[in-house]
Amino acid sequence: MNAPEALASSRQERLTDTRFTVPGIKCAGCIAKIERELPKLDGIAAARVNFSAKRVAIEHDRTISETSLTEALARLGFEAQRADVNPLGADDAERKMLMRALGVAGFGMMNVMLLSVSIWSGASGTTRELFHWLSALIALPVIVYAGRPFFASAWMALKHWRTNMDVPISIGVILATALSLYETATGGGHAYFESAVMLLFFLLAGRALDAIMRDRTRAGIGALLGRMGKSAKIVGPDGTIRDVAASELEPGMIALVAVGDALAADGEIVEGTSALDNAMLTGESAPEAVGMGDTVYAGAINLTAPIRVRLTHTAEDTALADIARLMDEAGQSRSSYVRIADRASRAYAPVVHTLAALAFVGWMIAGAGWHQSLVIAIAVLIITCPCAMGLAVPTAQVVASGALLKRGLLVKDGSALERLAECDVALLDKTGTLTLGDPRPDLAALDRSARAVALGLAQHSSHPLSKGIAQKLRAEAIEPACVSSVTETAGSGLSGEWNGQPVALGRPMSVAQGLATELRIGDARYEVRFKDALRSDCAQTLDELSALGIKASILSGDREPAVRAIAQQLKLDARSNASPTDKLDALSALKQAGRAPLMVGDGLNDGPALAAAHASIAPGTASDASKQAADAVFVGEHLMPVALALRVARATMRVVRQNFAFAIGYNVLAVPLAVFGYVTPLIAAIAMSLSSLVVVANSLRLRGAAK
Amino acid sequence: MTGLMFLIPIALLMGAAGLVAFLWAMNSGQYEDLDGAAERILIDEEDAP
Repeated sequence: MNAPEALASSRQERLTDTRFTVPGIKCAGCIAKIERELPKLDGIAAARVNFSAKRVAIEHDRTISETSLTEALARLGFEAQRADVNPLGADDAERKMLMRALGVAGFGMMNVMLLSVSIWSGASGTTRELFHWLSALIALPVIVYAGRPFFASAWMALKHWRTNMDVPISIGVILATALSLYETATGGGHAYFESAVMLLFFLLAGRALDAIMRDRTRAGIGALLGRMGKSAKIVGPDGTIRDVAASELEPGMIALVAVGDALAADGEIVEGTSALDNAMLTGESAPEAVGMGDTVYAGAINLTAPIRVRLTHTAEDTALADIARLMDEAGQSRSSYVRIADRASRAYAPVVHTLAALAFVGWMIAGAGWHQSLVIAIAVLIITCPCAMGLAVPTAQVVASGALLKRGLLVKDGSALERLAECDVALLDKTGTLTLGDPRPDLAALDRSARAVALGLAQHSSHPLSKGIAQKLRAEAIEPACVSSVTETAGSGLSGEWNGQPVALGRPMSVAQGLATELRIGDARYEVRFKDALRSDCAQTLDELSALGIKASILSGDREPAVRAIAQQLKLDARSNASPTDKLDALSALKQAGRAPLMVGDGLNDGPALAAAHASIAPGTASDASKQAADAVFVGEHLMPVALALRVARATMRVVRQNFAFAIGYNVLAVPLAVFGYVTPLIAAIAMSLSSLVVVANSLRLRGAAK
Repeated sequence: MTGLMFLIPIALLMGAAGLVAFLWAMNSGQYEDLDGAAERILIDEEDAP
């Protein structure tokens, strides 16, 4: 009897869950492909796609490494990045708590309303009393549960001698509840449970929308600065090799860097020649040949042969850490920007208190009695509740970011849309932004069998050019030829045997211009050229930008001739050879001149600029650090989402301003009525809810904004 | 008036049932992947292997 259980538990022990962010999931076909194909591989038990979050959860054997899972996804044609176990755990919990509170408040609101409607339509005597008690019975637990987020936040603010939007809300709800309880207990005619619960319901709806917005957009980005080497293999004086964590490395140590490893510190090569992938630091994907005496930087990935490096700068002193620091500082100076809603409501909350208090005192002096004065004060508190104002910004942003997400642009937070809308000048990086970023091979010279051989060879290597060839051929559904005894030689390429003749893929014999590789089958030679092509809709996007009144120019760290060629083709101003500091300076100069620059870039060298710009967008292929620094990330091969983002951001701000105008207009109209006692708490709650609904409806108009 | 003795508990029970259903659906992850659910209906069942 115990056998199946034991089997299940041992299976549980062997399996583990790993999550990947896969931005390329676009349709039902992708879901089916991943969920069907992955479990066919050894050691993978199950794969489950979350389409909304663009995530894949893979249940697999502990022995399978993260890299081989990423490769398995790559073979299916999906670029994947490891997502943290649960980087959004806290936010997720907050959203769920708000949703539960919203559900409870909705339940309470419906039932209390049901009872209240019968009271208004003329129930009297014992029926009314019974209904009041029933309302109290439902409303009290609901208010305690659903009001917690507001009470907690108000209490925190009051403890620090501050006030926020939640203070008037909490006071209003507690006062209305207390007064209603008193009325119920003394058999009075009016109870305001429905007002209190309705208020909570609509406020929670706004909060929940805001939380969903933050959650959804951040979930799409997920990955962190994970590519820098976390440890290094240090060669001791006696030749022994031990692992040392990156933070404990010291200048002068000799590190052995194996093929495929990332460097953990800056240093100088003392032995060996190899090619490095410096994409993390420079954004350039072409491998860089290095030899004895060359300086290498942390974050670079060793591609072809093992090298020995004498470390010169370690831990906090590496070039990578410098850039991270620059980014951090630039990001901090930006956070001084205060969101409109916060600014407005901070000034608003004290005004509401004062008004309500004045109304109470005024009516007491006028001799209205404490009961009536209190009812009027509560009506003022409820009717001036800044819900419409609180909803004005988040609803518009949720709808707009949802519309943009459908077009392949992830906006990280609400303030990003505000800043995007204010941009009036755009700076574009070249490689990876205007161009696709990875060299695409031109395979026109190859016939079908040559292509099969090329794939048979290329799939064995992790060299970027080989990867490019393999990716393109797999996309054409070429079956790899069965090439035997494949070997990879650093600097010259791959060689093997196919149908009894020697085949090779590697550096061309003749020195060709630009990036190229050569496929040799027996005596036949085929040249494969690589080109980093422009994104297909660059011109349209730039037209769209200038239609929006935004002047675009190129700001690139690349060599001058390459930049000039593209600048001429697109008729743009360009600046080349810009270092990260130069880029930062260019942006600061623009900001000094009162402009609001938008930076679009992908490399880590753009990181500080992305963080310092008024707003920034990075392509999905960018380094993790850049994606972290950017306000928005666009996926796919089109540049159009950049222009779209600006257009939608402006539309969003228009709607936000309309919402604000409406909310303020409503208050200007309703507050005097409430202060002079023409409004009961119930009418106040209905008016407040209606104003919130109008704001939500207005925001929903943005659904079609990204078309 | 006696009708109320039945109607009110029934209304409350129905409301509570809705609330419980909502909380259950949320805890069992039904709102985690709304767009995915819409796409999944398009996936053809694979023929039995």
